[in-house]
Amino acid sequence: MCLGIPGQIVAVTDEARMMVMAEVSGVRREVNAACIAQGPLESLIGKWALIHVGFAMSEIDEDEAAKTLEALRGLGEAQETLEAMAAGDAALEGST
Amino acid sequence: MKYAEEFRDPVAARAVLDEITKVVGEIGATADNPVHIMEICGGHTHAIFRYGLDKLTPEGIEFIHGPGCPVCVLPMSRVDECIELAERPEVIFTTFGDAMRVPGTQKSLMQAKADGADIRMVYSPLDALEIARRNPDREVVFFGLGFETTTPSTALSIQQAAREELGNFSVFCNHITVPPPIKALLDDPHMVLDGFVGPGHVSMVIGVHPYDFIAEDYGKPLVVAGFEPLDLLQSVLMVLEQIRDGRCEIENQYSRVVPEHGNAVSLAAIDDVYEARPSFEWRGLGEIDASGLRIRDTYAAFDAEEKFNIGYGAERRIVEEPEGCSCGAVMTGRMKPVACPQFGKGCTPEMPLGALMVSSEGACAAYYQYGGARAVEAAE
Repeated sequence: MCLGIPGQIVAVTDEARMMVMAEVSGVRREVNAACIAQGPLESLIGKWALIHVGFAMSEIDEDEAAKTLEALRGLGEAQETLEAMAAGDAALEGST
Repeated sequence: MKYAEEFRDPVAARAVLDEITKVVGEIGATADNPVHIMEICGGHTHAIFRYGLDKLTPEGIEFIHGPGCPVCVLPMSRVDECIELAERPEVIFTTFGDAMRVPGTQKSLMQAKADGADIRMVYSPLDALEIARRNPDREVVFFGLGFETTTPSTALSIQQAAREELGNFSVFCNHITVPPPIKALLDDPHMVLDGFVGPGHVSMVIGVHPYDFIAEDYGKPLVVAGFEPLDLLQSVLMVLEQIRDGRCEIENQYSRVVPEHGNAVSLAAIDDVYEARPSFEWRGLGEIDASGLRIRDTYAAFDAEEKFNIGYGAERRIVEEPEGCSCGAVMTGRMKPVACPQFGKGCTPEMPLGALMVSSEGACAAYYQYGGARAVEAAE
């Protein structure tokens, strides 16, 4: 939960709530973009960000995203985060 | 240097390691008279063991593992209060998975869930908000846990709940902050610390200046570091160069992610929703002034402490550590994990006695996982 994971922003889902769709290691997840938004959310599409517990916290470039993902995989943190995302989806339905 | 091959760029890693060896020599540090460098962040502790950085670096460097693993510093009384909340029939208790196996005095959240409590592991407080929207007849409590990296997420979630007037959502706030325990450790006359490697993702939120007191008041260097193994080595080298040159500065090795002044939106949300408590209890470190956050009165409707009269908002409870558990001594660098009589015997990752064995970011779990049988044998 402490280390962010890189994701690429692929769509705006809810402008009012500052929500965008991010692709994280092949998994799509809706995340909040309030902390990196400067102007319309559409301008974030295609950009990479470090995502912490559902919040895009820092814009990074593609090379940094690749390096960070590799470091997280080495620590087993990338898999852990993807599992946590899946658990979160299941929790909405009442099962975990 | 057999592990150096594991680095993405072994040539660069070797060059930094050679430079580290040279500077350690210039300082005159040896195994008997080492330089003590504390890596504050549990993620860094994990990376040091995963990549064997403690073995790759010269004996003249002693890594002290700091208090930067939020589930490791969580007192048992907080876990007990989580379980009390979770066992209320009207409550859906939501938490990061990391907290599930931390032992309370009677049981962990995992055991409480097996006993029938509605406890759900979520990835984000936004999941908890959605559960609250879908279950208007239940009380949804989110366990707010972690340092400045996760604090903005709960602050922004509470602001969102307020905008939606979501009356069945609250946060059990146990957020803590990094600088106060560093000050407490520096004030401890038994601690020997020559420099710090600072947590990069915390500084992504707060910037580098909250650490200025470490250089200005205590004369120690700190380098904010990224999480790749090469980042860590470069940061250790930067700390060593400061020590060699007699400098004490707050430097930023991770400037590609960490802005000098942090993230303005995050800081504004934290300031709007939270205020410092007079003091907060840390496992192994005791009460530390202004080291925990509480929800401001303006957001009291979303404060589980107020709503359920529990936690620091209610009676104080002191819980003794389990017998034989040395987490406190390990946490403050006074004992190595393998020196604990329970290490690998009464306390393993499968059956943890203390919190440092629970999280992959805990020093004991890291020793156990990467030291393997050798670490257990060394303890015998």
